[in-house]
Amino acid sequence: MKTIERIGEWLDDRLSLSTLRDAASHKTVPSHRHSVFYYLGGMTLFFFIVQVVTGILLMLYYRPSAEEAFESIEFIMTTVPFGWLIRSLHSWSANLMVFFAFVHLVTVYFMKGYRPPREITWITGCILLFLLMGFGFSGYLLPWNKLAFFATKVGTDIAGSLPVVGEWTLRFLRGGERVTGGTLSRFYGWHVAILPAITVLVLGIHLALVQLKGMSVPPAIEREGATKPPMKFFPHFALRDLFGWTVALAVLASLAALFPWELGEKADPFAPAYANIRPEWYFVFMFQALKLVPGGELGGIEYEALAILGFNLGGLVLILVPFLDRGITTRGRSPGFTIAGVVVLTGMVGMTIWGYHSIVPLLVVLGTGLMLWILSLVTHHSDKEGER
Amino acid sequence: MEIQGGTSTRRRFINWFLGTSIGALLASIVYPVTRYVSPPEVPEATTNQVEAGSTNDPDLMQKGFKIVRFGADPVILVRASEADFRAFSATCTHLDCIVEYHADRKRLFCNCHGGEYDLQGKNVAGPPPRPLAVYTVKVESRAAGQPGTIVIVKA
Repeated sequence: MKTIERIGEWLDDRLSLSTLRDAASHKTVPSHRHSVFYYLGGMTLFFFIVQVVTGILLMLYYRPSAEEAFESIEFIMTTVPFGWLIRSLHSWSANLMVFFAFVHLVTVYFMKGYRPPREITWITGCILLFLLMGFGFSGYLLPWNKLAFFATKVGTDIAGSLPVVGEWTLRFLRGGERVTGGTLSRFYGWHVAILPAITVLVLGIHLALVQLKGMSVPPAIEREGATKPPMKFFPHFALRDLFGWTVALAVLASLAALFPWELGEKADPFAPAYANIRPEWYFVFMFQALKLVPGGELGGIEYEALAILGFNLGGLVLILVPFLDRGITTRGRSPGFTIAGVVVLTGMVGMTIWGYHSIVPLLVVLGTGLMLWILSLVTHHSDKEGER
Repeated sequence: MEIQGGTSTRRRFINWFLGTSIGALLASIVYPVTRYVSPPEVPEATTNQVEAGSTNDPDLMQKGFKIVRFGADPVILVRASEADFRAFSATCTHLDCIVEYHADRKRLFCNCHGGEYDLQGKNVAGPPPRPLAVYTVKVESRAAGQPGTIVIVKA
């Protein structure tokens, strides 16, 4: 015991751990009926950590070439001990990560968490979501199966249909005219080096800002004065976070074990796309919209390029929300933005339902809403005085 | 005053020099990197015609079509009727997927976004903006009573 204390003191002298501990002990999280939403960013972070760990493990066996990629994943899935588990965890966690990033964004949007002084937190958050989609898109090609091949052909062709910069972008993404083994090496580079480097940087800023500025309290709660005394981050919030992560790990492990991720058939650049081919669920709303755009052009620009420009514009508007929503800073309310959010979200869910010809997406949305509502009731009422 | 003015000019000169050298340094890094990441044009052997097997190819007989390698590009060979063979670029003009042939409806169909083309290669339904490129098909007969060999030629 003496020795441990001495080591502790030695480290404290060099690392000023007690200063950090003091700062952490003063950190609090607002407590109100929507506090449950504060756990969603941490949940996304948890799945990101799982991605880093499982991704590094997959790199030990994966071979990024058109001749070997599919076979190396087959090897991981069938021969490497627990290889199936690591790959399934990586695929499931990727989807859950994007899902929670979406839910996090939606709840922050409706709680107006983007208002001053948290504009940069919002912007970095949006960039992180786009980076995650970039991870999803680049990682999708790596198994070199039929689905991956066509998804990449379509995705890169979409970028190529943009006016002026399109052709260069297409060649830049594909590493040439066509989707080949060269594209695979490029995507691998993006997936395991470039995107992680950018993400760590942006994530660092995002998390530092959350620490510096603290959690935002929704304006409606502020007006009502409905906040209770804040909750201490250590240990109360952190323990709840940890509990959530444990549940997430259990759910993730069950999904990976019960529904191992499919590998499909090896890509063949000389075979037609198969029936009912679809991208990942988070791209389905755009996919369905592109199906509806008729062939034709307007002033030399194809309709499909206009639709794609529209999506890009949508992304830009999303990033700029903190600067567009003047009402929330001047009057403390902006019902227009709330309504616009509901309309856009309904549209996206509706398009996804249409794209799948199934109401499962609706059930997922309703289920998520119901679960968050129950959790907010439970956590709100279980806060005991002694815990604060 | 004169000395001050002299200093400020000298400082401005040095700042300008420093600024441009930083700019030049950045440019000397950014330019090669930008060039490096833009893939070079690789010359490809031009293909003008390919042999696409015999007229009684099992794929053609059963499914009514087959995808043929035309250099690096996929070309779809369709058996429109007993002795009527047609060939088109198999790359959908919408977003680059590979089309197939639905013999029952006599349409070329793209599974990615539901684009449809008729047997002239014309885009007739769904999102494709342009028709498929048409190739010329020749049937070269070998011996009498033997199935001919299909040759696809760039139109």
